[in-house]
Amino acid sequence: MRAQFVASEVWQGLRRNLTMTIALIITIAVSLALFGAGLLVRQQVSQMKGFWFDKVEVSIFLCTKNSQEASCSGPASEAEKQQIATDLEGMRPLVQDVYFETSQEAFNRFQEQFAGSPIADSATPEDLGESYRVKLADPDQYAVITSAFAGRPGIERVDDQKQVLDKLFRLLDGLQVISMGIAIAMLIVTVLLVGNTMRLAAYSRRRETGIMRLVGASKFYIQLPFLLESVIAAVIGAALAVGAIVAMKILLVDRFLEPSFQFTPFVGWETVWVVSAILLAIGILLAAFAAVVTLRRYLKV
Amino acid sequence: MIRFENVSKQYKSQHSPALRDVNVDIERGEFVFLVGPSGSGKTTFLRLCLKEDRPTSGNVWVAGKNVGKLSSWRVPQLRRQIGTVFQDFRLLPNKTVFENVAFALEVIGKPRGHIKTVVPEVLEMVGLEGKEKRFPHELSGGEQQRVAIARAFVNRPEILIADEPTGNLDPNTSIGIMKLLDRINRTGTTIVMATHDAQIVDQVRKRVVELADGIVVRDQDRGVYGYAH
Ligand SMILES: Nc1ncnc2c1ncn2[C@@H]1O[C@H](COP(=O)(O)OP(=O)(O)O)[C@@H](O)[C@H]1O
Ligand SMILES: [Mg+2]
Repeated sequence: MRAQFVASEVWQGLRRNLTMTIALIITIAVSLALFGAGLLVRQQVSQMKGFWFDKVEVSIFLCTKNSQEASCSGPASEAEKQQIATDLEGMRPLVQDVYFETSQEAFNRFQEQFAGSPIADSATPEDLGESYRVKLADPDQYAVITSAFAGRPGIERVDDQKQVLDKLFRLLDGLQVISMGIAIAMLIVTVLLVGNTMRLAAYSRRRETGIMRLVGASKFYIQLPFLLESVIAAVIGAALAVGAIVAMKILLVDRFLEPSFQFTPFVGWETVWVVSAILLAIGILLAAFAAVVTLRRYLKV
Repeated sequence: MIRFENVSKQYKSQHSPALRDVNVDIERGEFVFLVGPSGSGKTTFLRLCLKEDRPTSGNVWVAGKNVGKLSSWRVPQLRRQIGTVFQDFRLLPNKTVFENVAFALEVIGKPRGHIKTVVPEVLEMVGLEGKEKRFPHELSGGEQQRVAIARAFVNRPEILIADEPTGNLDPNTSIGIMKLLDRINRTGTTIVMATHDAQIVDQVRKRVVELADGIVVRDQDRGVYGYAH
């Protein structure tokens, strides 16, 4: 194997088809950047799910003196509260934690949340009422709690925070599916473009490859320069795509999202590097695959 | 060195076969002219030796191997034992004389040092010393064919196949090329040369195998181009 000779053949090949090479690099860069962004969003969503689902609770609000619901006739009695507490205990291990929030605590939290707003002054502890805060081992099982407690005497309503979050996550999931769909379509375009570029390259160098065949160059040696050309284009394209997602991390996540939404964790640099490695690997594999398949058809040995 | 045993070749698109039941045995070190009119099957014969194509029936033996049974990854090995020269030279226009010849060695992975010694040797042998840095378009037809012969011979193949090598050259230049091929033959290289240049065949007096419509109609030692001439 003559490395220097192969390198000069590859360099000449890339230069000869410069416009195609540039088109190839840009297509690879754009499709991989989209794909990388999709992966980051996906990671972000699963990270947020983990963070929020860990915190979501099912709240069982007890009747207050103001409650209008059919299940309420004045504030919940001690016996009713006792029964709810016993039933929740009986639902372990699905029920992981139970916390009883007094009206005073609810009032304090309310005051904190609406500090400085006139609503804060208008409420009294009695208006807010008491509640059981239930944390589930599996947040998806909240229906069990709802069916067991909703409508029972002394209970005003059962609230599940997860339902609210689910709407948000469904939106994010949808966005992610769309971005992945576009990315996959682009990757298919990339494979086709690599194939077409290789076909043109094989045609424009049919003289060289014909002579190579004739003097007994191995199939590997004949195909290697073409293969290296597409892999080099893939590496450059992937490097640009990595640059794009690094820019996304710095400009969008670090400078904008993180300061604006401080309570939520965002994808970290480890994720960015893992995604970068995935992009590089996918770029190289797709380009090599497309090149090999095309060359098998157009470079007879 | 080359043996055809009942070889027939039928191209799919053609009604009549390009070769019909051909039996030819070429010994090591022989010089054989393959003659016959255009379309008689000369090129097909040579392509079968190189496994550029496979026979429809019969066996082709080259350098002791049954070419039809050769697995595809061994074909390059076969082709390294056979040098090839064509009517149209097939040089790379953007490479110099030296680079054109060196290319044949580079692509089979020969080391640089080896290339640097053998390429000037073979260029001197074909009479092109001092023209190493020229490009093909700066050479005459005869000189271009010498480059092609140098490239075919630089790896010292056992067999040299030439398909109408003088077809594009004037008679005087052709004689020069013939002398060169004769010298290569005297180094022990087996040469099979397809031609329909009667003058050359008559002058050199080597073995002549004549094809007509794919059939061997004559196989004669020290022959002439045709009885009719
Ligand atoms: N690749 C091919 N496909 C189909 N027919 C071919 C092919 N090569 C040659 N032929 C046919 O085979 C016959 C012999 O051709 P060829 O061997 O090239 O003869 P020659 O070299 O003596 O002129 C001709 O009729 C030609 O048209
Ligand atoms: Mg011919």
